[in-house]
Amino acid sequence: MPVIKLSDDKVRIIKDICAEYGNQEAEVLNVLRKVQNTLGYLPAEVQEVVAAELHMSVAKIYGIVSFYSFFTMQPKGKHPIDICLGAACMAKGGDKLLEAFKKHLNVEVGKCTPDGKFSLSTLRCVGSCSLAPVVSIGGKIYGKVTADQIPAMLAEYDEYEDVMQS
Amino acid sequence: MSTENIPLHEDSTTATSSIPRPELLPDHQLRITLRNPEEPEDYCSARERGAYLALERCLSGFKPREVISLIRASGLRGRGGAGFSTGEKWKVCAETAGSQKWLICNAGEGDHDCHRVIEGMAIAAYAVGASQGILYFRAEGAPVVARMKKALDEARQQGFLGADIKGSGFSFDIAMHYGIGSFVCGEETALIQYLEGNRCEPHVKQPFPAVRGYMGHPTLVNNIETFATVPAIINHGAEWFSSIGTDTCKGTKVLTLSGQVKNESLIEVPFGITLREIIFTIGKGMKNGKFKAALIGGSTGGVLTEQHLDLPFDYDMLEEAGVAMGPGSIQVLNENSCIPTLLKNNMEFAADESCGKCTPCRIGTKRLYEVLDKITDARGTMDDLQELRNLAQVMHETSLCGLGRNAPNLILNTIDVFWDELVEHVTTHRCVAGQCKKMATFSIDREKCIGCGLCMRNCPVAAITRTDYIAPGHKLASMAIDLDKCVKCGTCKANCKFSAISII
Amino acid sequence: MINLTIDNKPVQVPEGTTVLKAARQIGIHIPTLCYYELDGMKLENKPAGCRVCMVEIKGQKRLMAACATECKEGMEVHTNSLRAVNARRTVVELMLSDHPSDCLTCSKSGDCDLQRLSQAMGIREIPFPGEHSHHRKDISPAIIRDMDKCIMCRRCETVCNEFQTVGALHAINRGFNAVVAPAFEQDLVDSPCTFCGQCVMACPVGALNTVSHTRQVMSAINNPKKTVIVQTAPAVRVALGEEFGMQPGEVVTGKMVAALRRLGFDYVFDTDFAADLTIMEEGTELLDRISRHMAGDKSVRLPILTSCCPGWVNFFEYNFPDMLDVPSSAKSPQQMFGSIAKSYWAEKMGLKREDIVCVSIMPCVAKKYECGRDEFKVDGNPDVDFSISTRGLARLIKQYGITLSELPEEDFDRPLGESTGAGVIFGSTGGVIEAAVRTAYELYTKKSLDRVEFSQLRGIEGIREATVDFDGLPVHIGIAHGLGNARRLLEKVRSGKVQFHAIEVMACPGGCVGGAGQPFHHGNSDIIRKRQEAIYKEDRGKALRKSHENPDIIKLYNEYLGEPCGHKAHELLHTHYFDKSDKTVIEI
Repeated sequence: MPVIKLSDDKVRIIKDICAEYGNQEAEVLNVLRKVQNTLGYLPAEVQEVVAAELHMSVAKIYGIVSFYSFFTMQPKGKHPIDICLGAACMAKGGDKLLEAFKKHLNVEVGKCTPDGKFSLSTLRCVGSCSLAPVVSIGGKIYGKVTADQIPAMLAEYDEYEDVMQS
Repeated sequence: MSTENIPLHEDSTTATSSIPRPELLPDHQLRITLRNPEEPEDYCSARERGAYLALERCLSGFKPREVISLIRASGLRGRGGAGFSTGEKWKVCAETAGSQKWLICNAGEGDHDCHRVIEGMAIAAYAVGASQGILYFRAEGAPVVARMKKALDEARQQGFLGADIKGSGFSFDIAMHYGIGSFVCGEETALIQYLEGNRCEPHVKQPFPAVRGYMGHPTLVNNIETFATVPAIINHGAEWFSSIGTDTCKGTKVLTLSGQVKNESLIEVPFGITLREIIFTIGKGMKNGKFKAALIGGSTGGVLTEQHLDLPFDYDMLEEAGVAMGPGSIQVLNENSCIPTLLKNNMEFAADESCGKCTPCRIGTKRLYEVLDKITDARGTMDDLQELRNLAQVMHETSLCGLGRNAPNLILNTIDVFWDELVEHVTTHRCVAGQCKKMATFSIDREKCIGCGLCMRNCPVAAITRTDYIAPGHKLASMAIDLDKCVKCGTCKANCKFSAISII
Repeated sequence: MINLTIDNKPVQVPEGTTVLKAARQIGIHIPTLCYYELDGMKLENKPAGCRVCMVEIKGQKRLMAACATECKEGMEVHTNSLRAVNARRTVVELMLSDHPSDCLTCSKSGDCDLQRLSQAMGIREIPFPGEHSHHRKDISPAIIRDMDKCIMCRRCETVCNEFQTVGALHAINRGFNAVVAPAFEQDLVDSPCTFCGQCVMACPVGALNTVSHTRQVMSAINNPKKTVIVQTAPAVRVALGEEFGMQPGEVVTGKMVAALRRLGFDYVFDTDFAADLTIMEEGTELLDRISRHMAGDKSVRLPILTSCCPGWVNFFEYNFPDMLDVPSSAKSPQQMFGSIAKSYWAEKMGLKREDIVCVSIMPCVAKKYECGRDEFKVDGNPDVDFSISTRGLARLIKQYGITLSELPEEDFDRPLGESTGAGVIFGSTGGVIEAAVRTAYELYTKKSLDRVEFSQLRGIEGIREATVDFDGLPVHIGIAHGLGNARRLLEKVRSGKVQFHAIEVMACPGGCVGGAGQPFHHGNSDIIRKRQEAIYKEDRGKALRKSHENPDIIKLYNEYLGEPCGHKAHELLHTHYFDKSDKTVIEI
């Protein structure tokens, strides 16, 4: 077993997810997705545990993680924001929308806000082209987004925070 | 393709009286597969509209090969983009021996009637002998996913999915899988790679997935729209279906109409309709400006222009025009659309999505993007246009999969039609649509300018000065831009509160 | 059978044959690049991704890849239509547009598949200027990764994962940024790489190559204070000639020795001597374990695994750490040689070990790593200072302007140059165990072997099993070459499914003759087979064919070592292994 510096409960979480999918190699994408959704990101140590649990080489796991832009080895924000830059969304000003988000949050693409709440990234095409331009926040898809909607969209997540805390 | 002499069930060509046939709408749409947003989607309402009647008929009255015969006779072609004969594909899969066959539904865009999709998949599974199905959506968060989950649960509860469906001995169930935003998964071998837990890298289709696909089993991969069409064919007959459309393309196609049209929406039209009807009748005409071109199939598609407006819209016409249908999107462009910029953005997308496996796509998309970046940045030359054409042609001929093959389509079919626009970009450095910043000429309308001087104060290169001219009704003299100094950053235009600055 | 025409010539092939192979049948050689196959060894890389082997087939809209298109009845193939030729050329030009133009200093110059294609096509300029891929160069003790030159042929990935089942390399990233690398793009030393080097043998360009120590060796030779000795592995002498235009399988032992003398080595010895020594130790160890096992000793582990292949040793240190007491504790011939040279021979010659530079000529990449292992040093001074590959030696010979074919036949020096046929056959898969059997049989039965050749141990099959009758005691032997085959065999052993007394493993296909330090075979497995035949031919030509009959070996034990597996022998000639399965420690 590879020696990693992850806390025991994090290792437990990963092992449980792998077991949920029967430790099958063919389920690696489902496993990685769930692990990332749970732990937030996929650093090297996490990939090594997954590799050991699914009996795969770490090199292959990294080959998969580095292929899909969805996976990240850097921590994502609590609410990761993805702006779609697919053909239809670009035509509807997806790139300008991205600039607007950058300005509002004061973050660069691939980075996180200082409080760890939001991170900004891009994605290419989730197949909702009739809703262009599309923004995904934590997997939730928002369609026909305009720059002036940004404050209200983000405020949704303020309320969520307060409710959870109270 | 020969049709076997299997006698079709006697009422296969006649309509089931309880379900009305879809009718042509006043705006020329014919919605066979798209759901009507006004109708409720729960199982009971769907059942009232005829859901699962076709499946019941198949299970009780048709042998699997009769179902295949019916689909072949209808002329249905795959809606995923390639337009291959659906019946032929089903036949190959059905005739391949296998202990476990799989069905994969590639659900990209679309807002189809969920129960219809499930029904179509079940009928296909019955026809080819598959017991397990996968419904693949690009993203878990898409609105259609929640609706489909609910529909699947309902179908199971009602006994239309699962073991021994309605006592027929046929068992079939469907699992949902989600993508993580990879465009190349539209290609069936890449999708199978994805579902097997690999990098989405297409491979040579020999043997076809219908013979050896998912995990080595015979696998039928069809687009969601193809499956959604199947119940209608069973219900209303092959003859009815093949009466819609053109000689070689039967039935309807779902299209995403967007861009400079008034009515941007999901539509479904019979093949053979003209582009003019799509844009000017269903689309209700241009939102702004004059029609320049229609971008079909997104970044791996191509453009249709004035000359195509009155041709029958189908796979064959598109192929002749060098355009791939792809995901069925139509983006309408007006004169403010810069063709080189369009080419550049699309190539950037293709380069991002390229899996990297084959040389022409891996390096070609990058090189084509670099050339187009030069062209739109006022650094292009006539040699670059030559390179565009040659490289695009070779990429088209040698790439391993549809992404690499079709990414250059846009270049290939605009390079002649919009040759003048391309030449202007590289010789006189003029962007007629006004989109290429480096070629934009900023100008202050001295009649509109009130001389507030905001532009002058914000200009990073001090290119704006005050003239002597005071427009009638104004107190201060108008500003003017020194074009030699202007770096075309656009700050002046962005700041002007009086809309006095424009790109000419 | 299928009938088709290629370039208007008719050809008949069995179903399932690709257009590429059908064309070869009638002498038409369609250019390829990513396609790589070791015929008969279950190694095939066929991603159809390079798009060089494009051909035009009547009725097909697009050009097709010949390597991946199966022949169909009545097919009409045109391999050199203008469309196909132009397409191929553009594809190569594209590849060159993202490839460093440093042919003059590239280690693969003259033997590079991309260079060959470019020359054949007469490409004089690259029409696609643009960004170039940049990757960090990774220099490990044995292998250098220079991935700016990678063309994504995937051969190394296929070899590492599917054939060797090592899993150190994989394709990463996508699109233009795609490249083949270890996990997290870390260095090879931090990955499970065994340094078998088969990735280097497979690489068509200079992206993967071996570390070279020829400069250090030349420096040592020219240092009057140093006595530089050289040992040569058996597989080298049946392949060296290929670098000088000779046919594969030509044996050049005598000329090789002559060349080494002219290069300035003080003494030219033979690794085969040490191979005989290895058999003495390992054969004794095998018999010891068998007899203790038969006597009911539960603590003894069987089978005994050969341990002369450093790629294999690395492999089981990573993958079978629970079985570290199973392999033989005997060092490899290379290391045994170094150990004896710097003790026994040094004493005889009145030399201090620091004044001796021991060089080995090996068909192997992993040997470069092996000689650097800490346990093979005494107070920091390595038993073997440098290991040079067959290719490296050829370069040295050429650099010195020596024409190999014109050299006379010369003999090795003594006392470390005498060897038996058993020592020679180490170079082929099955050879080590056959050599061991020749000695173990006689030691055990106390009878003489009338027939020394054991054909049941020979062959090219990836996994072989055979039983040798030790005068009533059936000795079960397993043989594997290629680490994937080794893994399969070992897993069977681990599960208790099979019972072997001894297993021989070679990491490289065909054994050492197919080693990654040998002249590049570019996928022609016939070359490996011819080298194998030459090995057995050398064995037949030897007067002595059993290790224990080597007079210099007998003298070594009498004068110095005492008993095989005795105290002194253990000190100098045996080693131990390390659990490397938990090597992946990364700081958060």
